[in-house]
Amino acid sequence: MATWMDVTAVLVILLNLRLLCTSRLGTCIQTVAQQAVLLGLIAFLQHGSDLGVELILIVLSSVAIKAGLLPWLLFRSLRQCNTSREVVPFVGFSLSGLIGLAMLAVCFSMADRLALSELPCQTLLIATGLFTIVTGLFLIVSRKKAITQVLGYLVMENGIWAFGIAFALQEPLLVEMGVLLDVLVGVFVMGITINHINREFDHIDTDQLSVLRD
Amino acid sequence: MYYVTGLSHVFLAMTLSPLLLGIINRVKARFAGRRGQPLCQLYYDLFKLLRKGAVYSRTTTWVFRIGPMGTLAAVVMALLFVPLTGFGACVSFSGDLLLMAYLLGVGRFLTVLAAMDTGSAFEGLGASREVFFSALTEPSLILALAALCKLTGQLSLEGMYGTLAMAGTAPMVLPLVSAVMMIVLLAENARMPVDDPNTHLELTMIHEVMVLDHSGPDLAMIQYGAAIKLWIFSALLVGVLIPIRTGMVVVDGLIGLVGIGVIAVVVGIMESTMARLRLLHVPQLLSIGLVLSLVSLILVMR
Repeated sequence: MATWMDVTAVLVILLNLRLLCTSRLGTCIQTVAQQAVLLGLIAFLQHGSDLGVELILIVLSSVAIKAGLLPWLLFRSLRQCNTSREVVPFVGFSLSGLIGLAMLAVCFSMADRLALSELPCQTLLIATGLFTIVTGLFLIVSRKKAITQVLGYLVMENGIWAFGIAFALQEPLLVEMGVLLDVLVGVFVMGITINHINREFDHIDTDQLSVLRD
Repeated sequence: MYYVTGLSHVFLAMTLSPLLLGIINRVKARFAGRRGQPLCQLYYDLFKLLRKGAVYSRTTTWVFRIGPMGTLAAVVMALLFVPLTGFGACVSFSGDLLLMAYLLGVGRFLTVLAAMDTGSAFEGLGASREVFFSALTEPSLILALAALCKLTGQLSLEGMYGTLAMAGTAPMVLPLVSAVMMIVLLAENARMPVDDPNTHLELTMIHEVMVLDHSGPDLAMIQYGAAIKLWIFSALLVGVLIPIRTGMVVVDGLIGLVGIGVIAVVVGIMESTMARLRLLHVPQLLSIGLVLSLVSLILVMR
Protein backbone atom coordinates (compact mmCIF):
# COMPACT_ATOMS: atom_id res chain seq x y z
CA MET A 1 0.00 0.00 0.00
CA ALA A 2 2.67 2.45 1.07
CA THR A 3 4.66 2.10 -2.14
CA TRP A 4 1.64 2.68 -4.39
CA MET A 5 0.85 5.75 -2.33
CA ASP A 6 4.40 6.99 -2.76
CA VAL A 7 4.15 6.48 -6.51
CA THR A 8 0.91 8.45 -6.65
CA ALA A 9 2.35 11.23 -4.51
CA VAL A 10 5.40 11.52 -6.77
CA LEU A 11 3.08 11.61 -9.80
CA VAL A 12 1.21 14.52 -8.19
CA ILE A 13 4.55 16.32 -7.73
CA LEU A 14 5.41 15.71 -11.39
CA LEU A 15 1.99 17.03 -12.48
CA ASN A 16 2.71 20.19 -10.47
CA LEU A 17 5.96 20.67 -12.35
CA ARG A 18 4.10 20.05 -15.61
CA LEU A 19 1.67 22.80 -14.68
CA LEU A 20 4.55 25.18 -14.15
CA CYS A 21 6.24 24.35 -17.45
CA THR A 22 3.40 23.88 -19.92
CA SER A 23 2.28 26.65 -22.21
CA ARG A 24 -1.17 25.37 -23.20
CA LEU A 25 -4.25 26.35 -21.20
CA GLY A 26 -6.11 23.16 -22.13
CA THR A 27 -3.23 21.01 -20.89
CA CYS A 28 -3.19 22.97 -17.63
CA ILE A 29 -6.89 22.32 -17.02
CA GLN A 30 -6.48 18.61 -17.81
CA THR A 31 -3.47 18.39 -15.52
CA VAL A 32 -5.43 19.85 -12.62
CA ALA A 33 -8.20 17.32 -13.23
CA GLN A 34 -5.72 14.42 -13.35
CA GLN A 35 -4.21 15.68 -10.13
CA ALA A 36 -7.62 15.63 -8.46
CA VAL A 37 -8.18 12.01 -9.55
CA LEU A 38 -4.76 10.98 -8.21
CA LEU A 39 -5.46 12.71 -4.90
CA GLY A 40 -8.76 10.85 -4.61
CA LEU A 41 -6.81 7.64 -5.22
CA ILE A 42 -4.36 8.60 -2.47
CA ALA A 43 -7.25 8.96 -0.02
CA PHE A 44 -8.24 5.33 -0.66
CA LEU A 45 -4.66 4.05 -0.64
CA GLN A 46 -3.84 5.85 2.57
CA HIS A 47 -6.82 4.80 4.64
CA GLY A 48 -8.23 1.86 2.72
CA SER A 49 -10.78 0.04 4.81
CA ASP A 50 -10.76 2.60 7.63
CA LEU A 51 -12.85 4.97 5.54
CA GLY A 52 -16.53 4.94 6.47
CA VAL A 53 -19.36 5.24 3.97
CA GLU A 54 -19.59 8.95 4.70
CA LEU A 55 -15.94 9.59 3.96
CA ILE A 56 -16.04 7.48 0.79
CA LEU A 57 -18.98 9.53 -0.46
CA ILE A 58 -17.15 12.73 0.38
CA VAL A 59 -14.03 11.61 -1.49
CA LEU A 60 -16.03 10.47 -4.53
CA SER A 61 -18.11 13.63 -4.77
CA SER A 62 -15.06 15.81 -4.31
CA VAL A 63 -13.24 13.99 -7.12
CA ALA A 64 -16.32 14.23 -9.33
CA ILE A 65 -16.53 17.97 -8.77
CA LYS A 66 -12.83 18.68 -9.20
CA ALA A 67 -12.14 16.32 -12.09
CA GLY A 68 -15.47 16.58 -13.87
CA LEU A 69 -17.56 19.67 -13.17
CA LEU A 70 -14.90 22.34 -12.68
CA PRO A 71 -12.76 21.39 -15.71
CA TRP A 72 -15.97 21.35 -17.81
CA LEU A 73 -16.82 24.84 -16.57
CA LEU A 74 -13.30 26.07 -17.29
CA PHE A 75 -13.26 24.58 -20.78
CA ARG A 76 -16.66 26.16 -21.39
CA SER A 77 -15.51 29.64 -20.40
CA LEU A 78 -12.32 29.07 -22.43
CA ARG A 79 -14.46 28.37 -25.52
CA GLN A 80 -16.77 31.29 -24.91
CA CYS A 81 -13.97 33.79 -24.44
CA ASN A 82 -12.40 32.99 -27.82
CA THR A 83 -9.13 33.70 -26.12
CA SER A 84 -5.87 32.25 -27.39
CA ARG A 85 -5.05 28.87 -25.93
CA GLU A 86 -1.69 30.01 -24.60
CA VAL A 87 -0.74 30.76 -21.03
CA VAL A 88 0.73 34.26 -20.72
CA PRO A 89 3.36 34.20 -17.98
CA PHE A 90 5.16 36.97 -16.12
CA VAL A 91 7.86 34.42 -15.32
CA GLY A 92 9.14 32.24 -18.17
CA PHE A 93 8.37 28.52 -18.30
CA SER A 94 11.91 27.26 -17.71
CA LEU A 95 12.42 29.72 -14.86
CA SER A 96 9.05 28.68 -13.40
CA GLY A 97 10.23 25.06 -13.51
CA LEU A 98 13.47 25.92 -11.73
CA ILE A 99 11.64 27.96 -9.09
CA GLY A 100 9.27 25.00 -8.74
CA LEU A 101 12.22 22.68 -8.05
CA ALA A 102 13.59 25.08 -5.45
CA MET A 103 10.15 25.23 -3.82
CA LEU A 104 10.00 21.42 -3.88
CA ALA A 105 13.30 21.18 -2.03
CA VAL A 106 12.12 23.73 0.56
CA CYS A 107 8.79 21.89 0.98
CA PHE A 108 10.58 18.58 1.62
CA SER A 109 12.87 20.08 4.22
CA MET A 110 9.87 21.82 5.83
CA ALA A 111 7.86 18.59 5.93
CA ASP A 112 10.78 16.90 7.68
CA ARG A 113 11.17 19.75 10.18
CA LEU A 114 7.47 19.93 10.98
CA ALA A 115 7.56 16.28 12.06
CA LEU A 116 3.78 16.06 12.09
CA SER A 117 3.87 12.31 11.79
CA GLU A 118 6.27 9.47 12.43
CA LEU A 119 5.39 7.57 9.25
CA PRO A 120 7.69 8.39 6.32
CA CYS A 121 4.95 7.94 3.72
CA GLN A 122 2.90 10.59 5.51
CA THR A 123 5.88 12.94 5.42
CA LEU A 124 5.98 12.49 1.63
CA LEU A 125 2.26 13.23 1.48
CA ILE A 126 2.65 16.35 3.62
CA ALA A 127 5.51 17.56 1.43
CA THR A 128 3.37 16.90 -1.66
CA GLY A 129 0.51 18.88 -0.15
CA LEU A 130 2.74 21.81 0.76
CA PHE A 131 4.31 21.82 -2.69
CA THR A 132 0.91 21.73 -4.38
CA ILE A 133 -0.30 24.67 -2.29
CA VAL A 134 2.86 26.68 -3.08
CA THR A 135 2.54 25.80 -6.78
CA GLY A 136 -1.02 27.10 -6.76
CA LEU A 137 0.07 30.35 -5.13
CA PHE A 138 2.92 30.71 -7.61
CA LEU A 139 0.54 30.14 -10.55
CA ILE A 140 -1.77 32.84 -9.21
CA VAL A 141 0.94 35.49 -8.99
CA SER A 142 2.97 34.57 -12.07
CA ARG A 143 0.37 34.22 -14.81
CA LYS A 144 -1.53 36.99 -16.55
CA LYS A 145 -4.87 35.55 -17.55
CA ALA A 146 -7.82 35.39 -15.19
CA ILE A 147 -8.45 31.76 -16.10
CA THR A 148 -4.98 30.69 -14.96
CA GLN A 149 -5.65 32.39 -11.64
CA VAL A 150 -8.76 30.26 -11.21
CA LEU A 151 -6.56 27.26 -12.00
CA GLY A 152 -4.13 28.42 -9.35
CA TYR A 153 -6.92 28.38 -6.76
CA LEU A 154 -7.90 24.88 -7.86
CA VAL A 155 -4.33 23.64 -7.51
CA MET A 156 -4.18 25.20 -4.06
CA GLU A 157 -7.38 23.39 -3.17
CA ASN A 158 -5.79 20.13 -4.35
CA GLY A 159 -2.87 20.86 -2.05
CA ILE A 160 -5.13 21.48 0.94
CA TRP A 161 -6.88 18.22 0.11
CA ALA A 162 -3.57 16.31 0.05
CA PHE A 163 -2.72 17.89 3.38
CA GLY A 164 -6.14 16.95 4.72
CA ILE A 165 -5.85 13.30 3.65
CA ALA A 166 -2.77 12.85 5.82
CA PHE A 167 -4.97 13.54 8.83
CA ALA A 168 -8.32 12.42 7.41
CA LEU A 169 -9.19 10.17 10.31
CA GLN A 170 -8.26 12.66 13.03
CA GLU A 171 -9.65 15.74 11.33
CA PRO A 172 -12.65 14.71 9.24
CA LEU A 173 -12.72 15.46 5.55
CA LEU A 174 -15.83 17.53 6.22
CA VAL A 175 -13.59 20.55 6.79
CA GLU A 176 -12.15 19.79 3.40
CA MET A 177 -15.67 19.78 1.95
CA GLY A 178 -16.12 23.31 3.28
CA VAL A 179 -12.99 24.43 1.46
CA LEU A 180 -14.17 22.69 -1.70
CA LEU A 181 -17.50 24.48 -1.47
CA ASP A 182 -15.70 27.81 -1.20
CA VAL A 183 -13.58 27.04 -4.23
CA LEU A 184 -16.62 25.85 -6.15
CA VAL A 185 -18.43 29.10 -5.53
CA GLY A 186 -15.20 30.94 -6.30
CA VAL A 187 -14.85 29.23 -9.66
CA PHE A 188 -18.47 29.97 -10.51
CA VAL A 189 -18.03 33.64 -9.66
CA MET A 190 -14.72 33.82 -11.50
CA GLY A 191 -16.27 32.09 -14.51
CA ILE A 192 -18.97 34.70 -14.67
CA THR A 193 -16.45 37.48 -14.06
CA ILE A 194 -14.20 36.18 -16.82
CA ASN A 195 -17.15 36.30 -19.19
CA HIS A 196 -17.94 39.85 -18.17
CA ILE A 197 -14.33 41.00 -18.41
CA ASN A 198 -14.17 39.39 -21.83
CA ARG A 199 -17.38 41.05 -23.01
CA GLU A 200 -16.21 44.50 -21.84
CA PHE A 201 -12.57 44.48 -22.88
CA ASP A 202 -12.18 41.73 -25.53
CA HIS A 203 -9.47 40.05 -23.43
CA ILE A 204 -9.04 38.46 -20.01
CA ASP A 205 -5.68 39.97 -19.21
CA THR A 206 -5.65 40.92 -15.51
CA ASP A 207 -2.41 42.82 -15.93
CA GLN A 208 -4.18 45.52 -17.87
CA LEU A 209 -7.09 45.66 -15.44
CA SER A 210 -4.83 46.99 -12.70
CA VAL A 211 -4.47 50.37 -14.39
CA LEU A 212 -8.24 50.92 -14.48
CA ARG A 213 -9.60 53.76 -12.36
CA ASP A 214 -13.24 54.38 -11.58
CA MET B 1 36.73 -14.06 -11.72
CA TYR B 2 36.06 -10.37 -11.28
CA TYR B 3 38.45 -9.42 -14.07
CA VAL B 4 37.26 -12.22 -16.31
CA THR B 5 33.65 -11.04 -16.34
CA GLY B 6 34.69 -7.39 -16.62
CA LEU B 7 37.01 -8.09 -19.53
CA SER B 8 34.41 -10.26 -21.21
CA HIS B 9 31.94 -7.36 -21.00
CA VAL B 10 34.46 -5.07 -22.71
CA PHE B 11 35.09 -7.73 -25.34
CA LEU B 12 31.36 -8.29 -25.94
CA ALA B 13 30.70 -4.54 -26.11
CA MET B 14 33.49 -4.05 -28.63
CA THR B 15 32.32 -6.90 -30.85
CA LEU B 16 28.53 -6.63 -30.52
CA SER B 17 27.94 -2.86 -30.37
CA PRO B 18 27.71 -2.37 -34.17
CA LEU B 19 24.92 -4.94 -34.08
CA LEU B 20 22.79 -2.53 -32.00
CA LEU B 21 22.57 -0.09 -34.90
CA GLY B 22 21.70 -3.04 -37.15
CA ILE B 23 18.82 -3.95 -34.83
CA ILE B 24 17.57 -0.36 -34.75
CA ASN B 25 17.69 -0.13 -38.55
CA ARG B 26 15.94 -3.50 -38.92
CA VAL B 27 13.10 -2.40 -36.61
CA LYS B 28 12.74 0.86 -38.50
CA ALA B 29 12.64 -1.01 -41.81
CA ARG B 30 9.96 -3.41 -40.54
CA PHE B 31 7.84 -0.46 -39.44
CA ALA B 32 8.18 1.09 -42.87
CA GLY B 33 7.27 -2.22 -44.56
CA ARG B 34 10.74 -2.77 -45.99
CA ARG B 35 13.05 -5.73 -45.54
CA GLY B 36 15.89 -3.47 -44.54
CA GLN B 37 19.64 -3.73 -44.69
CA PRO B 38 21.45 -6.76 -43.22
CA LEU B 39 21.78 -6.82 -39.45
CA CYS B 40 25.56 -6.73 -39.80
CA GLN B 41 25.62 -3.80 -42.23
CA LEU B 42 27.73 -1.63 -39.93
CA TYR B 43 30.42 -4.34 -39.75
CA TYR B 44 30.60 -4.38 -43.56
CA ASP B 45 30.74 -0.59 -43.62
CA LEU B 46 33.51 -0.52 -41.03
CA PHE B 47 35.62 -3.06 -42.92
CA LYS B 48 35.05 -1.23 -46.20
CA LEU B 49 36.09 2.09 -44.67
CA LEU B 50 39.17 0.57 -43.01
CA ARG B 51 40.48 -0.63 -46.38
CA LYS B 52 40.18 2.83 -47.89
CA GLY B 53 42.58 5.73 -47.61
CA ALA B 54 41.71 8.99 -45.86
CA VAL B 55 41.47 12.34 -47.62
CA TYR B 56 42.63 15.37 -45.68
CA SER B 57 41.84 18.94 -46.61
CA ARG B 58 44.85 21.28 -46.84
CA THR B 59 43.29 23.68 -44.35
CA THR B 60 43.20 21.07 -41.60
CA THR B 61 45.97 20.46 -39.08
CA TRP B 62 46.97 17.63 -36.74
CA VAL B 63 43.95 18.45 -34.58
CA PHE B 64 41.71 17.09 -37.32
CA ARG B 65 43.71 13.86 -37.50
CA ILE B 66 43.77 13.07 -33.79
CA GLY B 67 40.04 13.85 -33.45
CA PRO B 68 38.64 10.40 -34.43
CA MET B 69 41.42 8.45 -32.70
CA GLY B 70 41.09 10.44 -29.48
CA THR B 71 37.31 10.11 -29.52
CA LEU B 72 37.43 6.34 -29.96
CA ALA B 73 40.12 6.00 -27.28
CA ALA B 74 38.11 8.08 -24.79
CA VAL B 75 34.93 6.11 -25.44
CA VAL B 76 36.68 2.75 -25.05
CA MET B 77 38.28 3.94 -21.83
CA ALA B 78 34.85 5.02 -20.55
CA LEU B 79 33.57 1.54 -21.42
CA LEU B 80 36.04 0.04 -18.91
CA PHE B 81 34.12 1.60 -16.01
CA VAL B 82 30.63 0.64 -17.17
CA PRO B 83 29.01 -2.38 -15.53
CA LEU B 84 26.42 -4.52 -17.29
CA THR B 85 24.00 -6.73 -15.36
CA GLY B 86 25.84 -9.99 -14.75
CA PHE B 87 29.20 -8.80 -16.03
CA GLY B 88 30.37 -5.96 -13.83
CA ALA B 89 32.88 -3.31 -14.72
CA CYS B 90 36.44 -4.03 -15.77
CA VAL B 91 37.95 -1.28 -13.62
CA SER B 92 36.20 0.21 -10.62
CA PHE B 93 37.14 2.69 -7.94
CA SER B 94 35.39 5.27 -5.80
CA GLY B 95 34.22 8.18 -7.93
CA ASP B 96 34.74 6.51 -11.30
CA LEU B 97 31.32 7.67 -12.47
CA LEU B 98 32.68 11.20 -12.85
CA LEU B 99 35.65 9.90 -14.81
CA MET B 100 33.27 7.90 -17.03
CA ALA B 101 31.04 10.93 -17.69
CA TYR B 102 33.94 13.22 -18.43
CA LEU B 103 35.80 10.73 -20.62
CA LEU B 104 32.70 10.82 -22.80
CA GLY B 105 32.98 14.61 -22.53
CA VAL B 106 36.60 14.48 -23.71
CA GLY B 107 35.53 12.37 -26.68
CA ARG B 108 32.91 14.92 -27.62
CA PHE B 109 35.36 17.77 -27.14
CA LEU B 110 37.83 16.18 -29.56
CA THR B 111 35.09 15.60 -32.17
CA VAL B 112 34.06 19.24 -31.82
CA LEU B 113 37.66 20.45 -32.15
CA ALA B 114 38.16 18.35 -35.29
CA ALA B 115 34.96 19.78 -36.74
CA MET B 116 36.04 23.35 -35.97
CA ASP B 117 39.47 22.65 -37.46
CA THR B 118 38.00 22.19 -40.93
CA GLY B 119 37.08 25.87 -40.93
CA SER B 120 33.69 25.09 -42.46
CA ALA B 121 30.86 27.27 -41.20
CA PHE B 122 28.54 24.30 -41.63
CA GLU B 123 30.52 22.12 -39.23
CA GLY B 124 30.88 25.00 -36.80
CA LEU B 125 27.08 25.14 -36.71
CA GLY B 126 26.85 21.46 -35.86
CA ALA B 127 29.58 21.79 -33.24
CA SER B 128 27.75 24.67 -31.60
CA ARG B 129 24.51 22.66 -31.43
CA GLU B 130 26.27 19.57 -30.13
CA VAL B 131 27.96 21.51 -27.33
CA PHE B 132 24.75 23.34 -26.44
CA PHE B 133 22.73 20.13 -26.13
CA SER B 134 25.44 18.25 -24.29
CA ALA B 135 25.67 21.12 -21.80
CA LEU B 136 22.05 20.26 -20.99
CA THR B 137 22.36 16.47 -20.94
CA GLU B 138 25.56 16.28 -18.89
CA PRO B 139 24.03 17.72 -15.69
CA SER B 140 21.03 15.38 -16.09
CA LEU B 141 23.32 12.34 -16.30
CA ILE B 142 25.51 13.45 -13.38
CA LEU B 143 22.51 14.31 -11.19
CA ALA B 144 20.79 11.00 -11.99
CA LEU B 145 23.98 9.12 -11.11
CA ALA B 146 24.30 11.24 -7.96
CA ALA B 147 20.77 10.16 -6.98
CA LEU B 148 21.81 6.52 -7.42
CA CYS B 149 24.96 7.19 -5.35
CA LYS B 150 22.92 8.62 -2.51
CA LEU B 151 20.42 5.78 -2.78
CA THR B 152 23.01 3.01 -2.54
CA GLY B 153 25.72 4.80 -0.59
CA GLN B 154 28.33 3.66 -3.13
CA LEU B 155 30.58 5.96 -5.11
CA SER B 156 31.64 3.64 -7.93
CA LEU B 157 29.48 2.62 -10.88
CA GLU B 158 30.12 -1.06 -10.22
CA GLY B 159 29.26 -0.77 -6.52
CA MET B 160 26.20 1.35 -7.25
CA TYR B 161 24.70 -0.95 -9.85
CA GLY B 162 25.62 -4.05 -7.88
CA THR B 163 23.69 -2.97 -4.78
CA LEU B 164 20.78 -1.29 -6.54
CA ALA B 165 18.49 -4.28 -5.97
CA MET B 166 18.98 -4.16 -2.20
CA ALA B 167 18.53 -0.41 -1.79
CA GLY B 168 14.96 0.18 -2.86
CA THR B 169 13.52 2.41 -0.16
CA ALA B 170 13.04 5.74 -1.89
CA PRO B 171 9.87 5.70 -3.99
CA MET B 172 9.85 6.16 -7.74
CA VAL B 173 13.55 6.98 -7.90
CA LEU B 174 14.43 4.13 -10.25
CA PRO B 175 11.66 4.92 -12.80
CA LEU B 176 12.60 8.59 -12.71
CA VAL B 177 16.29 7.82 -13.19
CA SER B 178 15.44 5.42 -16.04
CA ALA B 179 13.44 8.15 -17.77
CA VAL B 180 16.38 10.54 -17.40
CA MET B 181 18.78 7.90 -18.75
CA MET B 182 16.50 7.29 -21.74
CA ILE B 183 16.41 11.00 -22.61
CA VAL B 184 20.19 11.22 -22.18
CA LEU B 185 20.65 8.13 -24.35
CA LEU B 186 18.55 9.60 -27.15
CA ALA B 187 20.27 12.99 -26.98
CA GLU B 188 23.86 11.76 -26.60
CA ASN B 189 23.58 9.25 -29.42
CA ALA B 190 21.82 11.68 -31.77
CA ARG B 191 18.73 9.47 -32.02
CA MET B 192 15.28 10.46 -33.20
CA PRO B 193 13.39 13.01 -31.13
CA VAL B 194 16.60 15.02 -30.83
CA ASP B 195 18.45 14.39 -34.06
CA ASP B 196 17.64 12.40 -37.17
CA PRO B 197 20.56 10.08 -37.95
CA ASN B 198 19.38 9.58 -41.55
CA THR B 199 19.22 13.10 -42.88
CA HIS B 200 21.99 15.20 -44.23
CA LEU B 201 19.96 18.37 -44.19
CA GLU B 202 21.69 21.37 -42.74
CA LEU B 203 18.67 22.65 -40.82
CA THR B 204 18.30 19.54 -38.73
CA MET B 205 21.72 18.00 -38.36
CA ILE B 206 23.61 18.01 -35.11
CA HIS B 207 25.99 15.11 -34.87
CA GLU B 208 26.20 13.99 -38.49
CA VAL B 209 27.32 17.39 -39.69
CA MET B 210 30.45 17.35 -37.56
CA VAL B 211 31.86 14.26 -39.23
CA LEU B 212 31.20 15.25 -42.85
CA ASP B 213 34.87 15.88 -43.62
CA HIS B 214 36.17 12.63 -42.19
CA SER B 215 36.78 9.74 -44.55
CA GLY B 216 38.19 6.22 -44.65
CA PRO B 217 39.55 4.80 -41.39
CA ASP B 218 38.78 8.06 -39.56
CA LEU B 219 35.08 7.74 -40.38
CA ALA B 220 35.19 4.07 -39.38
CA MET B 221 36.61 5.04 -35.99
CA ILE B 222 33.90 7.65 -35.52
CA GLN B 223 31.09 5.26 -36.40
CA TYR B 224 32.55 2.52 -34.24
CA GLY B 225 32.94 4.97 -31.35
CA ALA B 226 29.31 6.05 -31.75
CA ALA B 227 28.20 2.40 -31.60
CA ILE B 228 30.18 1.78 -28.40
CA LYS B 229 28.74 4.96 -26.88
CA LEU B 230 25.23 3.64 -27.62
CA TRP B 231 26.22 0.39 -25.87
CA ILE B 232 27.51 2.30 -22.82
CA PHE B 233 24.28 4.25 -22.34
CA SER B 234 22.15 1.15 -23.00
CA ALA B 235 24.13 -0.76 -20.36
CA LEU B 236 23.62 2.05 -17.84
CA LEU B 237 19.88 2.10 -18.63
CA VAL B 238 19.50 -1.70 -18.38
CA GLY B 239 21.15 -1.66 -14.96
CA VAL B 240 18.57 0.81 -13.65
CA LEU B 241 15.55 -0.73 -15.40
CA ILE B 242 16.29 -4.30 -14.28
CA PRO B 243 18.19 -3.97 -11.00
CA ILE B 244 17.80 -7.65 -10.09
CA ARG B 245 20.88 -9.82 -9.62
CA THR B 246 20.09 -13.52 -9.32
CA GLY B 247 23.67 -14.38 -8.44
CA MET B 248 24.05 -16.84 -11.30
CA VAL B 249 26.51 -15.33 -13.79
CA VAL B 250 24.94 -16.95 -16.86
CA VAL B 251 21.37 -15.86 -16.08
CA ASP B 252 22.40 -12.32 -15.15
CA GLY B 253 24.56 -12.03 -18.24
CA LEU B 254 21.68 -13.16 -20.44
CA ILE B 255 19.40 -10.63 -18.75
CA GLY B 256 21.94 -7.89 -19.44
CA LEU B 257 22.52 -8.78 -23.10
CA VAL B 258 18.84 -9.32 -23.89
CA GLY B 259 18.06 -6.05 -22.07
CA ILE B 260 20.47 -4.15 -24.31
CA GLY B 261 18.88 -5.75 -27.38
CA VAL B 262 15.40 -4.78 -26.14
CA ILE B 263 16.54 -1.19 -25.64
CA ALA B 264 17.79 -1.11 -29.25
CA VAL B 265 14.35 -2.37 -30.36
CA VAL B 266 12.64 0.31 -28.23
CA VAL B 267 14.83 3.01 -29.76
CA GLY B 268 13.91 1.67 -33.20
CA ILE B 269 10.19 1.75 -32.36
CA MET B 270 10.49 5.29 -31.00
CA GLU B 271 12.27 6.41 -34.14
CA SER B 272 9.58 4.92 -36.36
CA THR B 273 6.64 6.34 -34.44
CA MET B 274 7.86 9.75 -33.34
CA ALA B 275 8.68 12.85 -35.33
CA ARG B 276 11.88 14.71 -34.77
CA LEU B 277 11.40 17.67 -32.45
CA ARG B 278 11.88 21.14 -33.80
CA LEU B 279 15.34 22.34 -32.91
CA LEU B 280 13.89 25.01 -30.62
CA HIS B 281 11.96 22.37 -28.67
CA VAL B 282 14.94 20.07 -28.07
CA PRO B 283 16.18 22.11 -25.07
CA GLN B 284 12.70 21.71 -23.56
CA LEU B 285 12.95 17.90 -23.80
CA LEU B 286 16.42 18.01 -22.29
CA SER B 287 15.29 20.28 -19.48
CA ILE B 288 12.53 17.77 -18.71
CA GLY B 289 15.38 15.31 -18.17
CA LEU B 290 17.10 17.82 -15.91
CA VAL B 291 13.93 18.42 -13.90
CA LEU B 292 13.29 14.68 -13.50
CA SER B 293 16.85 14.06 -12.33
CA LEU B 294 16.58 16.91 -9.81
CA VAL B 295 13.26 15.54 -8.51
CA SER B 296 14.80 12.09 -8.07
CA LEU B 297 17.74 13.65 -6.24
CA ILE B 298 15.38 15.58 -3.93
CA LEU B 299 13.39 12.39 -3.28
CA VAL B 300 16.56 10.54 -2.33
CA MET B 301 18.03 13.35 -0.26
CA ARG B 302 15.09 13.86 2.06
